[in-house]
Amino acid sequence: MSAPVAPPGFLPDWVVDLLDDVVRHPLRSALTSISVAWGTFMLVVLLGLGEGLQNAVRHQFRDDATNSVWLYKGQTSIPYGGYPLGRRIVFDDDDIAAIDTIPEVDKLTGRFYAPGRDLVLAHADRKAAFGVRAVHPDHRFLENTQMVSGRYLDPLDLDEKRKVIVIGREIARFLFGDRPHDRILGTWIEVAGNPFQIIGVFTDAGGEGEESEAYLPITTARTVFNGGDRIDQIMFTVDEGATLEEVEALTTEVHAHIAKAHHIHPDDRKALRVRNNVERFQKLSSVFDRLANFVWVVGIGTVLAGIVGVSNIMLVSVKERTVEIGLRKALGETPRSLVIRVVREAVLLTAVSGYAGVVAGVLAVEAIDTLVPANETLRNPTVELDVALFATVLLTLAGAAAGFVPAWRAASVKPIVALRGDA
Amino acid sequence: MIRLDQLRKAYRTGSQTIPVLKGIDLTIEQGELVAIMGSSGSGKSTLLNVLGILDGYDEGSYTLAGELVKDLTEARAAQLRNQAIGFVFQSFHLLPFKSALENVALPLTYRSVSRRERMERAMEGLERVGLSDRADHLPNQLSGGQKQRVAIARALVTRPHVVLADEPTGALDSTTSKEVMDLLLEVHRNGNTMVIVTHEPDIAARCQRTIHLKDGLIDADVRA
Repeated sequence: MSAPVAPPGFLPDWVVDLLDDVVRHPLRSALTSISVAWGTFMLVVLLGLGEGLQNAVRHQFRDDATNSVWLYKGQTSIPYGGYPLGRRIVFDDDDIAAIDTIPEVDKLTGRFYAPGRDLVLAHADRKAAFGVRAVHPDHRFLENTQMVSGRYLDPLDLDEKRKVIVIGREIARFLFGDRPHDRILGTWIEVAGNPFQIIGVFTDAGGEGEESEAYLPITTARTVFNGGDRIDQIMFTVDEGATLEEVEALTTEVHAHIAKAHHIHPDDRKALRVRNNVERFQKLSSVFDRLANFVWVVGIGTVLAGIVGVSNIMLVSVKERTVEIGLRKALGETPRSLVIRVVREAVLLTAVSGYAGVVAGVLAVEAIDTLVPANETLRNPTVELDVALFATVLLTLAGAAAGFVPAWRAASVKPIVALRGDA
Repeated sequence: MIRLDQLRKAYRTGSQTIPVLKGIDLTIEQGELVAIMGSSGSGKSTLLNVLGILDGYDEGSYTLAGELVKDLTEARAAQLRNQAIGFVFQSFHLLPFKSALENVALPLTYRSVSRRERMERAMEGLERVGLSDRADHLPNQLSGGQKQRVAIARALVTRPHVVLADEPTGALDSTTSKEVMDLLLEVHRNGNTMVIVTHEPDIAARCQRTIHLKDGLIDADVRA
């Protein structure tokens, strides 16, 4: 007498039955699982790449205020008001004062460039040319300038035309080597031969380029470099809550005002150029929102296809097992028990394979993140944890839904069929 | 044990109604061994389905072990089948992917019986039909006669009120048929009520009582 093979005792009956059912058709179970896994894999990868693309574009805006409008001077291209063509437009303090009266304008700054734009900065035996911008105190908000030591320019610096300078980290490194930043504050350096005292050192998300810039009070710089009341560029931010339409209206208003003050034809786009970052950013953002929606639609569609596959395969399996189901019913299995059994199998198939797809997708996104260097179109693709959790819940529900029709079919099998045909 | 009063059943196909059982009166006592015979179309399969609570009926009444069996929900019917009836089918109907032992234990899984007890009772059942050495064999590793003996063990494992056998030897050769019949007779001798549907006179001859069906009515009720 050979000993009966008992199923492993530590597993409950329903688990043994369930595994039995799944393992009985390994190929079928595998193919079904793959279709679901592929669906969730694609969803996760698409979401990850979408995030990466979005990060990449956000990165391009990283060092500028996204709610800003920049005005650049130019040359007239349309004759107007008796003035000749090709006249150079120069902003002045009146323009700044006029823009300052508009309530929706939040931070406002002008920029003045000393002749040549780059100026030689020197201290002791070190000297080199760096970009120097003469600005108003609000400039720090427009460029997202972060102080690492000391302070930024303030209104008093401008009023008193103090000879002070704020330098980027790269300049500090060049002039002072590894000397701690707080120990270079108060030091006098030469800017194109004129002494200026360092009051602050900053860092900027824009990287080395931005950190190789220096800032002077616009009033001081214009005096030192014979700028009169000239302003080369005007930048301002709009209240965060403003809609795109409001910003556009505001921009038009500013444009019209300055055009009038400088006798520029209202349609002359070359005399006065406007860069509306609000519009650029919001347009891009809306593209991303649409892209994200699209990704969800595609991803959910793929997952749905997998689930329909599971439902279908379960239906086939129920049909195939009609006799077995009939027999089980004849021997006393209730419809409820059958429904539970079928739904459980569907949930197992979708949840396990779906989750495998999610994990594979997350790994793939991680791999892309590691292997592909950050560039203009892809940066730091990630999948949020809550997406994975959401997917798990969704898959379990979807599995139950997938099992519903087959379960109903199984429950409606008449036990009489067990008496006919062969098992 | 079984009592049928003016039991009637008809099948409806579209607008047509085909009466199959036309008023059956039948009483089967505890411990009886009854054969039901009849040509095809006589209604014997339908009668067996009704007796086995696999199918309902239209009129009359069916009382099983004192309980009226009528208009049951599917769940209740399943429960009653599990408790009261043991089935033996012509083509065995063993689950091909389960061992003989697990097949015998199957009806007990629909009750709250621990696996340990199920396996013990199934093993006892296999011993009773002389197949304890085949407990871990799959059905396709068994001969036809062995399969039917496993099926008989399965029918008995729940200690049912009635064993219903539908052509139990129909798929077997004559030698094996005799062995299976010997086993069924032995089961009966142990006190089980048993109803065997057959078209073989040899089988019917070994039963105490033979009911002949014809056109949905009892044509003859012969006691040996």
